[in-house]
Amino acid sequence: MADTAIALPFDAEAAAASRRHFWSRFAIYGLLALFAVIYLVPLLVVVLNSFREQEEIARNGLISLPQSFRLNAWSDAWGTYCIAGTCEGMKRNFLNSLWMTIPATILSTLLGAINGYVLSKWRFRGSEVLFTCMLLGVFMPGQIALMPWAFVLGKLGLTNSTYGLILVHVIQGISFTTLFCRNYYVGIPDDLIKAARIDGAGFWRIFRKIILPLSPPILIVTVIWQFTGIWNEYLFGVVFTSGQQQPITAALVALTASGTTARSYDVMSAAVLIGALPPLLIYLFGGKYFVRGLTQGAIK
Amino acid sequence: MSTHDLTIPIAAPARPWRERLGTLIPILVLAPSLAASFVYVFVFAAWTLYLSVSTSSLLPSYGFAGLDNYMSLWANRRWNIAYTNLFFFSGFYILGSMAVGLLLAILIDQRVRGEAVWRTIFLYPLAVSFIVTGTVWSWLYNPADGIQALVRGLGWSSFNFALTSDRNLAIYAIIITGVWQSSGFAMALFLAGLRSVDPDLIKAAQIDGASTFRTYRRVILPTIAPIFLAVAVIQIQFAIKTFDLVAALTRGGPGVSTTFPAIYVYDLMFQRGQIGEGAAAAVMMLAALAVVLVPYSLWVVWRRRRESGHG
Repeated sequence: MADTAIALPFDAEAAAASRRHFWSRFAIYGLLALFAVIYLVPLLVVVLNSFREQEEIARNGLISLPQSFRLNAWSDAWGTYCIAGTCEGMKRNFLNSLWMTIPATILSTLLGAINGYVLSKWRFRGSEVLFTCMLLGVFMPGQIALMPWAFVLGKLGLTNSTYGLILVHVIQGISFTTLFCRNYYVGIPDDLIKAARIDGAGFWRIFRKIILPLSPPILIVTVIWQFTGIWNEYLFGVVFTSGQQQPITAALVALTASGTTARSYDVMSAAVLIGALPPLLIYLFGGKYFVRGLTQGAIK
Repeated sequence: MSTHDLTIPIAAPARPWRERLGTLIPILVLAPSLAASFVYVFVFAAWTLYLSVSTSSLLPSYGFAGLDNYMSLWANRRWNIAYTNLFFFSGFYILGSMAVGLLLAILIDQRVRGEAVWRTIFLYPLAVSFIVTGTVWSWLYNPADGIQALVRGLGWSSFNFALTSDRNLAIYAIIITGVWQSSGFAMALFLAGLRSVDPDLIKAAQIDGASTFRTYRRVILPTIAPIFLAVAVIQIQFAIKTFDLVAALTRGGPGVSTTFPAIYVYDLMFQRGQIGEGAAAAVMMLAALAVVLVPYSLWVVWRRRRESGHG
């Protein structure tokens, strides 16, 4: 009897609280779902349209449920679609991007690791000032370097070539990779290095035996970041290369601009996805490192 | 001399040589990168600076033209549109993506289920290039095939959403797409900030009876104020360098209505053969970045010094 007397008002309060809790949870998930739809619909539209028939897209619009399913758009976009007179699809440009991005990523990451090692563990007088000067490269707008690069690439005979773009991306990337690696290596205790030096280990031995084994986390972050950035770059690609030599970003703009006749959304959707797929896959599989790079990069 | 450096330590480990080599190696290893960065940052910038006061037109030439290029740049109506667009875009883009990013971060911070999934969804646009985003959104904005067609097809036949074909509205299309692409980035940074707030501080506020809303407004958000500034500075950088997004979305049109400084530089240098004036515009972009970044970096250094002084 006494128990229920105490329990009754308590219950009402608890019910009100749980009702409030329910509605606040409802609002939270509702808002999240709303934004998720806004974020996913563009991706969904492109994916679906790459499998729909062009006639159906023309009839029902871009955003509607598919009534047909075919794979032709993908093979067209990859191998036979015509961009500005040549009918080889995106294959060449995709491979250009790949052969540009992979070497540039590896080179800039390696250089960044070694530079970061020197600037954190082998400091010398003035090394902090030099580091600050290198950092300025992170903030330089590409437009400032366009004419000088055009001149240098011309002198080196690397105009309109993937090698030229590799050079540009490596040098542009060094400041970024050095920053990443240096900030990570600063956290490795100096005593470790000192002990190794007393044991007689030299510069390279310490790098190989101590620094590199501790490096995978930062190297993965750097590689992901560099790969995504270089693959997605457009300005240098469109300025320093043309036609068959263009990376995929430049080719995509050329492809969608050349649609003076009826727009074939099916093929263009597939082409866009081909261009977006490598960084998307990297993001999906290395998302954790991607976010880590993001937050680290922001603290620069 | 250099052959001695290399051979002697191997032949006989004479300590002084070895030590000298030891101190030289790091500098030698760093030298190529340093030289390349130095050329890239200082020589290239000085070069473009020089081009901007030269008589260059179709080809670079090195006659001195004083400030002529800058005069004609600032007298140009299209440049006027470009930097007006930049200010307008920057304001809405930064506020928009920070507002959306903060909202998403706070929502995710409410101990929701499937946090990783939500985060992945909101952040994936950042992995994709502005070219891809711009292209896809240009289709969605296309009045005949995209969002307008969809809504009209649902029965609202007077619905108007033809942003990219209206010279007064096209800038909003760029803002919306920019916010869509970057608010995930703001979210990630805000979330990292929210997670770094001292939990005791939050508990204390809750014990005092503060509502969730009040706790955020009075306790949590003020402690992550530096993150707001960091996000804003990074977004301003993006905005000043905006090129790809506009190139893919509107190509600067309709007409010249969505010209941005970066578009203007590209156009003058490589489409119209006015290298001198294009270089002047590029220098203005650099100046804009410096105006934002120099005070910010000084502030960050100052704050770090003060914190380490106290700690």
